[in-house]
Amino acid sequence: MQKIMVGIKRVVDYNVRVRVKPDGSGVMLDGVKMSVNPFDEIALEEALRIKERGTNVEVIAVSIGVADTQQQLRTALAMGADRAILVQTDAPIEPLTAAQTFLALAKKENPDLFFLGKQAIDDDANQTGQMLAAIWERPQATYASKVEITGAKAAVTREVDAGLETIEVDLPAVITVDLRLNEPRYVKLPDIMKAKKKPLDVTTLEALGISAGRLLTTVKTEPPAQRQKGVMVKDVAELVDVLKKKGLI
Amino acid sequence: MQKVLIIGEHDGKILNPATAKCVTCARGIADAEISIALLGADTSSVAAQAAAIAGVKAVLRVDRPENEHPLAAVFAPQIAALAADYTHVFGPSTSFGKDLMPRVAALLGAPQVSDLMAVESAHRFKRPIYAGNAIVTVEADPSRKLIATVRVASFEAAPAGGSAAIESKSTNAALPSHTRYVGAKSGSTDRPDLQTASRVVSGGRALGSAENFKLLYAFADKIGAAVGASRAAVDAGYAPNEMQVGQTGKIISPEIYIAIGISGAIQHLTGIKDARTIVAINKDGEAPIFEVADVGLVGDLFQIVPELERLISA
Repeated sequence: MQKIMVGIKRVVDYNVRVRVKPDGSGVMLDGVKMSVNPFDEIALEEALRIKERGTNVEVIAVSIGVADTQQQLRTALAMGADRAILVQTDAPIEPLTAAQTFLALAKKENPDLFFLGKQAIDDDANQTGQMLAAIWERPQATYASKVEITGAKAAVTREVDAGLETIEVDLPAVITVDLRLNEPRYVKLPDIMKAKKKPLDVTTLEALGISAGRLLTTVKTEPPAQRQKGVMVKDVAELVDVLKKKGLI
Repeated sequence: MQKVLIIGEHDGKILNPATAKCVTCARGIADAEISIALLGADTSSVAAQAAAIAGVKAVLRVDRPENEHPLAAVFAPQIAALAADYTHVFGPSTSFGKDLMPRVAALLGAPQVSDLMAVESAHRFKRPIYAGNAIVTVEADPSRKLIATVRVASFEAAPAGGSAAIESKSTNAALPSHTRYVGAKSGSTDRPDLQTASRVVSGGRALGSAENFKLLYAFADKIGAAVGASRAAVDAGYAPNEMQVGQTGKIISPEIYIAIGISGAIQHLTGIKDARTIVAINKDGEAPIFEVADVGLVGDLFQIVPELERLISA
């Protein structure tokens, strides 16, 4: 194990309640707090733990996005990544383009592992890791809740609908992580200062030979249908009464 | 004409009901000809179940020993090969489909619509983003294949009554050996499946312990319900991960959802807003769960649940 890459996405912070623009052209993002996608933080934490267990493992945080994405990569460096690469673009990036871009970076860096969050909490697509594994022609282990590295193999326990499933993959491999894999560390002030000196390279899609194509066009954004506020009952007897009237019990 | 290939989910014995929901979704495309592909070691019995779904023209069986476990890296090249004859490839938005379909899409260089919740036309669909806080309408280029995972909570299962032709298919796709199935651990239970149950009883952090969850199991068994849990309860170790309901867990649409001691974080509400009736029991009258509940009761769950169980069975 020598090198681990981790995909980092800049997204609207987990605690922000996102609202749709009145004209249906998108969601309101002006002045909204932006953060590292929480699943990507877990991915990075796992990479750092592997690094801390081993020797001479380099952890590289990579992202695709606007210039301000440097903030999220600095957070990743403060957490403990050794260096970072930003593929800077103002274009909206679809999962397949993200996968192609990460593949271009993987071909330059030759990592043993590529960690990503299982999904980003903005578009909730849950695609990029699987797509990267497909075009890299490498294994994928999605929704990881436990990762054990032995030599050139990883045993990954996955959270699936029926419970837990374990698969074994040859490295290099793509692993996408689920919530319960670990609890990411808090960044301390001295780490933030140290992170300022770590290398953060900026490149472009063009330099990597990627064109940001649009395979899907968003034609409208609307708020979800709201549920009607219901009735409050005063005790269990009344609750049972209401449910019986509705024919539910 | 549009030709839709649905990737059936099964365990070798039972066809997952999500498959029939994908059929309903595909039937929303005008003039769609619908086929179901089943990959497995022996799909004979699930093929018969798939063939009985109304509206399905053909069932394609791809039986080979390597297909015994649904490994995305093994399934995807075979599905990509089968997809040559189709305009659309749909899978369920379950852990099976979510793992597999993007790998298929990437092999085909095709876009994927994740969590497809409504069909507007053959190339125009709705899907949720931001944990369901916004719904987008997306349009795909008709000259390319389209891959989708179908948000099963948005569709009723297609009825039985079909008699599709069953055919065996083989592909010459090269299968990788870099990914191997090791084993599975599931909390086997006699309760109904959470994802398809018509009644669900669900508990949150207020339950306080795994031991106290037994209160919910007893109540659920009394009314024939599946049991779910909030992320907080799963993170705290009160319930196993497969019981989690919400944005990153299961998205369900039961007839009745009884939320007990669940405050109702937006990520949890995402998983339940298609429930026909939501009942909330919580000691905090200001809990957000009451904003979406059809019936709410403020009080101590440890008194309410046993009383509810007693009165219902009375």
